[in-house]
Amino acid sequence: MKADVIVIGGGIVGCSTALHVARKGRSVILLERDQAGIRASGVNFGGVRQHGRALAELPLSFRARAIWADLASLIGTDGEFAVTGHLRLARQESDLRLLLLHMQGASLYGLKLEFLDRAALDHRFPWLGPHIIAGTYCPSDGQANPRLIAPAFATAARKAGATLVEGAEVVEATHDGGVFQVAVRDGRRFEAPLLVNAAGAWAATVAGWFGEMVNLVPEVPQVMVTEPAPYRFQPVLGVIGGDLYFRQIPRGNVIFGGGQGRANADHTRSAPLPEISARAAAEAARIVPEIRHLNIIRTWTGVDGDTADGSPIVGPSTTTPGLFHAFGFCGHGFQLGPGVGAVLAELLIDGRSDTDIHGLGIARFVGRR
Amino acid sequence: MNTRVAIVGGGPAGIRAAERLVEHGLSPILLDEAPRIGGRIYQQLPEVRGFRRDGKALYGFEAGKAEDLHAAFARIQPQLDYRPGTTVFDIASDRLITLGDGRREEIAYDRLILATGAMDRIMPLPGWTLPGVFALGGAQIALKHQGCAIGHSVVFLGSGPLLYLAAYQYAKAGVNVAAVLTTAPWLGLGANLLGMAAQAKTAAKGAYYVAKLLSWRIPVIGSVRPARIMGRDSVEGLEVLVDGRLRQFDCDAVALGYGLKSESQLAELAGAQFVFDRAQNQWLPEIDDHGRAVGRDGLYLAGDGAGIQGADAAELRGRIAAGALLQDLGIALKDAGDFGTLKRWHRFRVALEQAMPFPSHLAADLPDASILCRCENITAGEVRAAADQGLREINRVKAATRLGMGRCQGRICGIAGAEVLAAKLGVSVDSVGRLRAQPPVKPVPIEALAGDAP
Ligand SMILES: Cc1cc2nc3c(=O)[nH]c(=O)nc-3n(C[C@H](O)[C@H](O)[C@H](O)COP(=O)(O)OP(=O)(O)OC[C@H]3O[C@@H](n4cnc5c(N)ncnc54)[C@H](O)[C@@H]3O)c2cc1C
Repeated sequence: MKADVIVIGGGIVGCSTALHVARKGRSVILLERDQAGIRASGVNFGGVRQHGRALAELPLSFRARAIWADLASLIGTDGEFAVTGHLRLARQESDLRLLLLHMQGASLYGLKLEFLDRAALDHRFPWLGPHIIAGTYCPSDGQANPRLIAPAFATAARKAGATLVEGAEVVEATHDGGVFQVAVRDGRRFEAPLLVNAAGAWAATVAGWFGEMVNLVPEVPQVMVTEPAPYRFQPVLGVIGGDLYFRQIPRGNVIFGGGQGRANADHTRSAPLPEISARAAAEAARIVPEIRHLNIIRTWTGVDGDTADGSPIVGPSTTTPGLFHAFGFCGHGFQLGPGVGAVLAELLIDGRSDTDIHGLGIARFVGRR
Repeated sequence: MNTRVAIVGGGPAGIRAAERLVEHGLSPILLDEAPRIGGRIYQQLPEVRGFRRDGKALYGFEAGKAEDLHAAFARIQPQLDYRPGTTVFDIASDRLITLGDGRREEIAYDRLILATGAMDRIMPLPGWTLPGVFALGGAQIALKHQGCAIGHSVVFLGSGPLLYLAAYQYAKAGVNVAAVLTTAPWLGLGANLLGMAAQAKTAAKGAYYVAKLLSWRIPVIGSVRPARIMGRDSVEGLEVLVDGRLRQFDCDAVALGYGLKSESQLAELAGAQFVFDRAQNQWLPEIDDHGRAVGRDGLYLAGDGAGIQGADAAELRGRIAAGALLQDLGIALKDAGDFGTLKRWHRFRVALEQAMPFPSHLAADLPDASILCRCENITAGEVRAAADQGLREINRVKAATRLGMGRCQGRICGIAGAEVLAAKLGVSVDSVGRLRAQPPVKPVPIEALAGDAP
């Protein structure tokens, strides 16, 4: 089977890429090992933040944010996206420096943040624990429901004309005379002049087929949810150090995470670790003491890939014309996903994009080995 | 010898397993959620001054067995590390994570016997979330454990042997039993005489309860089709179809239950594999004849937590699983266990499930507006809509609809949810999969979960 573009991986990144390619009128085949949207993209924490990102990610993150603003027109649902703000917290003096440094840098890119000292925090968020010394607040950030959004991107891509093939694990891809030959485990073969590697935590294998060896370390964030309680905590919370993130949804459940669970050898199964739950619970109860009596009802994990510098790899291959990478999202690719697809579709079809992603290329890892 | 053996569950299976280990010089840890041992069937009264009922009143025919079990426990207790009131809510490869007295504790083990028992199997009907509707087992516990009834006038609806027993116990305690209604044909007493004959005494007890209920002029009706439970703020009555005709029963409480399902979440967290058991129409942890979990060394399962076979079988299975554990430690045993009797229990159970099956056929007709998952208020219609969108697996439906995402984590709605999905898709219930267990298996307060973590 042939198409203009083949995408490997049916997470939010792959599906949004297929969606945007199809909307540009090109034929696209997406190959997904399991079911689209059930991996990291469907089980993540649901934070939709620009706040706290490495500066090189910000243009892409802004592009994504613009798409989030009108998600329903693109995928037929807003996926419970709500602009509740994001509050990034300092717990010690040394955090304060990092908080301010980021505020300065981000403002150069045009991200508006408010600095809140302890008195200002007390005024606006009186429920914060005593060990918080200050925070920065990003009013344009928010949260959404990944369980709904990841499958909705798949459905939208399909409706736009993309061919989604599920249960299709790509086991080999080669580039020969200007076309990519892509083989699936059950023997089916696909062909296209353009190939996108959006294979999530498993994408380093695909990159390796084209001589680009990247050290991608599995990241297994662990998240838990409480029974519903009266709605009270609006902003999404994060901390310097990243060891805790927290949000409450209007139906009342509090969702928070921190630390990592465990994954099996090929990262296809992951599970929570009890000691990590305990630590996250302890820190969550320090940051928002009022929740300490709430019951935890469920814990879960998912797998993403970590790069060495904590930012994703997005852009063209350094070895193979027509190949594009989008992986290594380091536990924060949910917000970026819709933007990555839009930018990649431009690069694939138009050959250029106005969104600046030059700091995210794979060259920063493969060159230096 | 200092192999650390932990047993979860202080019912017939757990106690007999502990007893056998103690006979061979081991000192296992015995953990139980309840404040006193006995499990559900031989549950003891709270230790409150002046609150007493004699064994005969509490346990009926089974009083002797209850006494034996309590006595066996009293004999071995000095050799046990016994932890009552302790809920195991998560399991790592080498330790249990427990909650007792509001405190989290980790208990290391080398080998683990899970004897976690069973709970009611529910098929919803319109109105089942009204105050006054209780699970059958819950109704029985209220009477046995607290000495109170769930209402003044109670209808028992469901299938399975417990239905008649509980109704009998209620009537005997002086509660007005308005009716005993079962979806099973012939009251479930007819079919497979050969299988029933495998445990003739037990089969006879079932017939005895029914005869008693009838002699007290309580309507006992088979082959009913549940229509709805009525009431504004609480139960006021119940409607069923009998021979195609609508019949109404006034009542202020309903005890509802269609047999039992294994409590197997801990087995899953401990690493057991699961297989679908056609006779019992449910997913069960896979074990060998001795109760060893397939694919997970050092894990043993006994009693109703590993497939429903009842209390007598649970005692045997507890001894057998403990025997397997001892053998795996290299301890020679004179007898492996009473496999002959166990086989008869198994045959009896298969016959019972045939005679009093789970009413899968009701799933197709459950109205769209009926609540299926009561924690999250998810209706049958929402599950069917998910199927219409192409979802064919119960965990995907959970992700799309929130079915099974609430406080009970699908322990109550999981089975019916799978039946509704399968009926909608026109496939067998095993092909839609099974809700995966996620820790904690019971809700745990954040403060307790944190324990003394940094
Ligand atoms: C628990 C958790 C919490 C998170 N919280 C947040 C958050 O709050 N905010 C945020 O922005 N981000 C968050 N993230 C990160 C975010 O979820 C991911 O960065 C993002 O979903 C990555 O999308 P993806 O499409 O690359 O990956 P995935 O969704 O993992 O998709 C990759 C797909 O590729 C398929 N695949 C792999 N190999 C092959 C092959 N050979 N052939 C065919 N298919 C293949 C896989 O089956 C998979 O479906 C979190 C992640 C996790 C796990």
